[in-house]
Amino acid sequence: MTSARSSRAARNRWLPEGRRGPMPWIIGIMMFLTVLSAACALGLGHALTRLRGDLAGGYTIQIVEANAAKRMQAVRGISAYLDSARGVRTYKVVPEAQMLAQLAPWLGEDARADELPIPALIDLSLRPAAGSARVTQIEQAVKRILPSARIDAHQGYLAPVEGLMRTLMWLAGGLVALMLLMTGAVVVLAANSAHAAHRGTIDIIHMLGATDLQLARLFQRRIALDAALGAMAGTVSAAALLWLLDSNLHVSQSELAGLIRLPWRSVAILFGLPLFAVLVAALTARITVMRALERNL
Amino acid sequence: MERVIQFENIGLRYGADAEVLRDINFSLSAGGFYFLTGASGAGKTSLLKLLYLAQRPTRGVLRLFGEDVVMMHRGRLPGFRRRIGVVFQDFRLVPHLSAFDNIALPLRVAGIEEKDIAGPVEEMLAWVGLGGREGALPASLSGGEQQRIAIARAVIGRPDILVADEPTGNVDAEMAKRLIALFEALNRLGTTIVIATHDLPLIGQIAHAQMMRLDKGRLIDPTGALRFPPASPARDDRAGLPLGKPQ
Repeated sequence: MTSARSSRAARNRWLPEGRRGPMPWIIGIMMFLTVLSAACALGLGHALTRLRGDLAGGYTIQIVEANAAKRMQAVRGISAYLDSARGVRTYKVVPEAQMLAQLAPWLGEDARADELPIPALIDLSLRPAAGSARVTQIEQAVKRILPSARIDAHQGYLAPVEGLMRTLMWLAGGLVALMLLMTGAVVVLAANSAHAAHRGTIDIIHMLGATDLQLARLFQRRIALDAALGAMAGTVSAAALLWLLDSNLHVSQSELAGLIRLPWRSVAILFGLPLFAVLVAALTARITVMRALERNL
Repeated sequence: MERVIQFENIGLRYGADAEVLRDINFSLSAGGFYFLTGASGAGKTSLLKLLYLAQRPTRGVLRLFGEDVVMMHRGRLPGFRRRIGVVFQDFRLVPHLSAFDNIALPLRVAGIEEKDIAGPVEEMLAWVGLGGREGALPASLSGGEQQRIAIARAVIGRPDILVADEPTGNVDAEMAKRLIALFEALNRLGTTIVIATHDLPLIGQIAHAQMMRLDKGRLIDPTGALRFPPASPARDDRAGLPLGKPQ
């Protein structure tokens, strides 16, 4: 065991242990941005899933009728239908007082329902198994009771926001892919430059019978160490920033905080990114040096 | 007698230049001792490069240990290189490695365990007169000392073929004699020795050696009939050489 370790140590000295170049810094900065982008993508993805889950099966029935008596009659008719309709989980007629309270900032405190053509609203929640055919069926039944009534899906209200969130999520995901690609490109440059700098030593060791793999491993180890150093620094910095943001959101006790808080699975993915980056760096270094060596005899 | 090296109609050119080696035909027997001579620019170093597989010929057939290395996949070449010890004219020591680590390099490349390396390396260092200088870096050694390290590195793995380019060019007469004795001892153990040199007295020291002469890229009389000067009497300074193969 000790002999194997000392053999490895002796092999690792084949290339001079010079001053570390800028690679750990570059990898560190890229890892910092990668982790932030990935956190953004995962957070948005998580928020989208939560939003879809919260709004799935939610509908509002609007009963638009200026005549208050007819409006109330329609509400009673529709309620009676919903009591027996299949696929309905719950429904609730929104109290007129609640609607007036919500409209007070615009209409004034002394606004009266019998003076204003305010529609009646029914919040409807369907069972998850209820498909679009069931929704159409309910809509047709409601329109038979009052042709001017209409059903709006809650998911429809958030469609533009959802589209924006999805776009941002893919953008952040694209940035992660781009950063990892850039990491590979930086490693290719670093490996080629290291190979050129140590060409004399490599030629000697090659002439003594070293295989391409033996030589490539020297570079692979060195670049993997640089990448690990940079990835660790970048990840720790990004994690600290994310923790700070999370703490601030938590203190604000906003609903947003709960919506974008990352589950453990996503946190594990974030901490897996630096490992993946080190693997990418090591593999890229190995392939690059092997290719460079193949150009010689 | 087994032929370890065979050259058949070998030609070598660098890029679009004229051939530096032309129509080279010879074969060397296992356990032979050969000198390669010729004026500067005759192509000695190029021929040695073909021998130690730093270069492939541009035409002809080159067989090492019975296998054609011209068409051989490059992945197999390291195995052949490990069987060939090389003393480069410019020594080519690894500048950041100590004398010890430079000599140990072929053994480490071959994957020999660290515990089996120290003994032979220290013995070899002592034999080339550099005992106690294990930690010295090449830059702190004289030209002659560097040359001795290069020779120690070439022979430590007891290669099947030893190729040396002017191996005694930078050492005094006494050390040259010791180095030639080392080569002879290695030769007695079965290593084929090929030495490129201008040093005619050196050639005269090996009674059974054959000489090949290159002139403007062509080999003149590869049979050894042109041997010159005549061999000196056998010497008795060959005992006690540190050539035990590391286990």
